[in-house]
This record gives sequence, structure tokens and C-alpha cells, in this order.
Amino acid sequence: MSEQVVQVLDWAGIVCILAGALLSFIAGIGLLRFPDLLSRMHAASKPQVLGLLLVLVGIGFRLLPVEESGVFSLGTLFLVGLFQVVTVPVAGHIVARVGYRTGRIRRDLVSTDELADRLATRGSASDPSEDTVS
Amino acid sequence: MNVLWIIIAVLLGVAALLGTVRLLLGPSILDRALSVDALLAFAVTGLGAFAAFNRDPTVLPTLLVLSLLGFVGSVSVAKFVARRTQEDDDDEQFVLPVVENTVEEEGKTS
Repeated sequence: MSEQVVQVLDWAGIVCILAGALLSFIAGIGLLRFPDLLSRMHAASKPQVLGLLLVLVGIGFRLLPVEESGVFSLGTLFLVGLFQVVTVPVAGHIVARVGYRTGRIRRDLVSTDELADRLATRGSASDPSEDTVS
Repeated sequence: MNVLWIIIAVLLGVAALLGTVRLLLGPSILDRALSVDALLAFAVTGLGAFAAFNRDPTVLPTLLVLSLLGFVGSVSVAKFVARRTQEDDDDEQFVLPVVENTVEEEGKTS
């Protein structure tokens, strides 16, 4: 690869990694300042998906000019992104569900609560199909 | 370009510090699990920045392991919390669908 292409790839990569680090920083602030579990989850999930994908793209741009290991690196990066994208929504769903069921969310901050309506119409927790989380 | 790398490192370091403060303060164990998750994301970002800075693909398998570890950690903590709370409810022989005003004293039992 020519010198100029490598330079352009380097700049693109470092901009991506800078954006990812900025998202991590914002998530750190949000994690500290936000008032309850659900809003903290909202803040913390940004670097877990978007920030991480940006960083992986940046690593790919930086590692692409390395001749001997470029393709394997890209495969590993793709796997990391795939696992993260698949697992983060599941983990977030389970954590939020347990937080809701154990009453750790602040009711005064919730503007709409559709799950409460559903639970009220379904009846009490004697329905065993509801408690699949435990 | 070096200035940008330093900025990246400082941002990640401050983010990890803020996440650690939330990990220490966190009122419930779910907040702590969440901040550990976020700290793992910061660690993956930092290791990735390291790999990109050195053009060194050696740490990429570590990223793979960390991305799976975060899932296992937060899910197991959430399951643990759910099971313990349900056992508490069974003791009271009165189960509500949404247990409100549950004031747990974390750190005592866990």
C-alpha cells in the first residue's frame, strides 16, 4: 500500500478511536450523575455497543496495513463486535427486568410504564410463566 | 497525532475513575454489576487503543474474552439477585408482582 493511503487510514482510525473514548468518557459521567438504575443503564450502554464498534473499526484501519496478520486481525475484530452486539442487549434486558421486579427503579422518574398495566391485567405473580427470570 | 493518543488515554482514564466511583457508591448490587459492565467496556476500549497505537494484534484474543466475560458476569449477578429476592418473598408468604419499597441492606448478605 502506498504511503498516502496508510496515512489516510491512520487518521480515520484515530478519529474512530477518539470518538469511542469520548463515548466512554460521557458514559462515565452519566454513570456517576444519573439518578437511578434505568437511566444509568441508558448511559452505560453507549460505549458498550457504539463506542466499542467505533474502536474496533479504528483498530481495523490501523491494523490493515500490517502485511502478515491483517486478515486474521479483521476476523477477530469481527468476532468481538458480533459477540458484543449479541450479548449486550440480553444482559441489559435481564438486569433491567430484575431491577424492575425487585423495585429498584424510581417510580417518579418513569413517564410511562406499560409493564405495570400488563401485570395489573394479568393478575398477580401466581402466574408461573411470568417468573422465568428466576 | 501523539496529542490525540494522549487525549484518548486521558479520556479513558477519567471514565474508568468515574465508573469506579459509581462501583464504590452504588446503592444496589445491580448498579455495581452495571458499573463493572461499563468498566469492562472501557477496558476493551483501552486495550483496543493500545493495539491500534502499537499496530500489534497480540491483544485481540483478550478483547474476545472480555466481550464474553461481561455478559456472563452481569447475567449471573442479576440471576443471583432475582433468586435471593424471591426467597425473601417466599418467607413472607405474600407475593406481589412488583415489590415496591424494598429496602435491602446490600453488603450485609452479599
